[in-house]
Amino acid sequence: MTKAMPTTPEAVRKRAAAADAKRRRQARPVSRQWRRRTLMTAYILFVLLPVYWLLNMSFQSNTEILGGLTLWPEAFTLEHYAKIFTDPNWYMGYVNSITYVMMNMVISLAVALPAAYAFSRYQFIGDKHLFFWLLTNLMAPPAVFLLPYFQLYYTVGLFDTHIAVALAHCLFNIPLAVWILEGFMSGVPKEIDETAFIDGYSFPKFFVKIFIPMISSGIGVTLFFLFMFSWVELLLASTLTSTGAQPIASVMTQTKGASGIDWGTLAAAGTLTILPGIVVVYFVRNHIAKGFALGRT
Amino acid sequence: MNKVYNNRAWWLILPMLLLVAFSAIIPLMTVVNYSVQDVFDANTRFFTGTEWFREMLNDPALHAALLRQFAFSLTVLAIEVPLGIGIALIMPKKGWQASAVLILVTMPLLIPWNVVGSIWQIFTRGDIGLMGWSLRELGYGYNITASPVDAWATIILMDVWHWTPLIALLCYSGLRSIPDAYYQAARIDRASKWSVFRYIQLPKLTNVLVIGVLLRFMHSFMIYAEPFVLTGGGPGNSTTFLSQSLTTMAIGQQDLGPSAAFSLIYFLIILLVSWVFYTAIMNMQKDHKNEEA
Repeated sequence: MTKAMPTTPEAVRKRAAAADAKRRRQARPVSRQWRRRTLMTAYILFVLLPVYWLLNMSFQSNTEILGGLTLWPEAFTLEHYAKIFTDPNWYMGYVNSITYVMMNMVISLAVALPAAYAFSRYQFIGDKHLFFWLLTNLMAPPAVFLLPYFQLYYTVGLFDTHIAVALAHCLFNIPLAVWILEGFMSGVPKEIDETAFIDGYSFPKFFVKIFIPMISSGIGVTLFFLFMFSWVELLLASTLTSTGAQPIASVMTQTKGASGIDWGTLAAAGTLTILPGIVVVYFVRNHIAKGFALGRT
Repeated sequence: MNKVYNNRAWWLILPMLLLVAFSAIIPLMTVVNYSVQDVFDANTRFFTGTEWFREMLNDPALHAALLRQFAFSLTVLAIEVPLGIGIALIMPKKGWQASAVLILVTMPLLIPWNVVGSIWQIFTRGDIGLMGWSLRELGYGYNITASPVDAWATIILMDVWHWTPLIALLCYSGLRSIPDAYYQAARIDRASKWSVFRYIQLPKLTNVLVIGVLLRFMHSFMIYAEPFVLTGGGPGNSTTFLSQSLTTMAIGQQDLGPSAAFSLIYFLIILLVSWVFYTAIMNMQKDHKNEEA
């Protein structure tokens, strides 16, 4: 600091802003920005390359695939997609998967909302232990539950139904939903609840009319995570179903025919399993940053 | 936040509790039940006590699978955590590029796990896969069905491809919560890039990184579908991890007692490691805060 520079907060802020703008012009050399972009592009390429290869193969006929390596489909064909959309064995796989994922999202959210509210607002006997026990369910390997689930759902007559898979996925999705929602709910000041109760709202009315709209972005993010973990899981979903509610992921294992693997159809089916995910991410892209920190940043 | 003490909150918990109990406690009890019995058929069973547990704890095949599992989990953590932080730092923060990059980076997380296996199977095959074919053209005899080294490297690469986005997105969300004023202050102090990272960004990332490392450890420890599709656990047993050993034993060989005992040991190991890790981090943070105070 030279001479008598004014030290009022106003002047300091102004100086800082000016220095900031100057630095932004000078101190970030073009080369560094380019390095950043190159690295980012390289990573994106690494992510896209295997997916591109899948896409490429889904548009090739099986003779072209096995005939030699081609970097793009030379004889562009939609035969594999046509097969998937006309054969009920195939397209029902998608319908089944989406059905149980939706069921699971509704069930998990419905029971997790009040539970998360209780954890974020009240103390009660055993609350900490209960929360920890919930989280331990996230750590349970699905392989451990394979056999008991099979027997349990077989005994109660739910084997090979959508609801069986939806309930089985509750094992890890409900704890996850409670965990995320609790984070978002703790961010809402408690005074809001108190004011609403003073204004004469009953608890259910307050919860639905005031509280849920306030954490809507948290709910959106929670639904995204519920979708994600239910959509990608295969081990439990394929064990609990045979033909009536078979998920697409296990239909795909049937491409191993007598004449080897039907690579084209496998690739087309794989490509179609990526699409719902992309659609879902697109909807929550603005909240995802906060959501991945589970509302706790 | 000051929480009110009110035991009626249990009513809000109850529906969730019933549902989780149905899908967690009943099956777990079944497993415990099997683990202490020798079941021949529906009517013939014998109480065996701790025999299955002793047998499992002394099984060399399982020791090997456990070692492989730890080697795998630690390797992927060591690669994915620094890489994820790096990617979060270079991800664009506004404009259409931010949305586009966000969607592309998230994509691998939303692909069903066995499809991830299929994608990499297609990608790495020597005859029809881009990567396998390229490596062979370059003169490297790449073959994941014959060489354990190739199989391991491919599975780790696949896991990095699949799960680095989780760490990157967690860190990205942590970075987004840093107010601009912090960076301005750092510029006025002429802080170097490294000290901005070390003293501003990294402390903000600790919370999300704890979540990220825990989730990654748990998931990598339960990995099943991806290696099963890609290598089937081979060549030999070189990529057979714990979940696959367990399903082979439970479904393939129908050894109910031993596999139930194995299940419980497996679950306890994950719980124990997660708990130790979590407690260690929390204590470190507490010490750190005490020093600062």
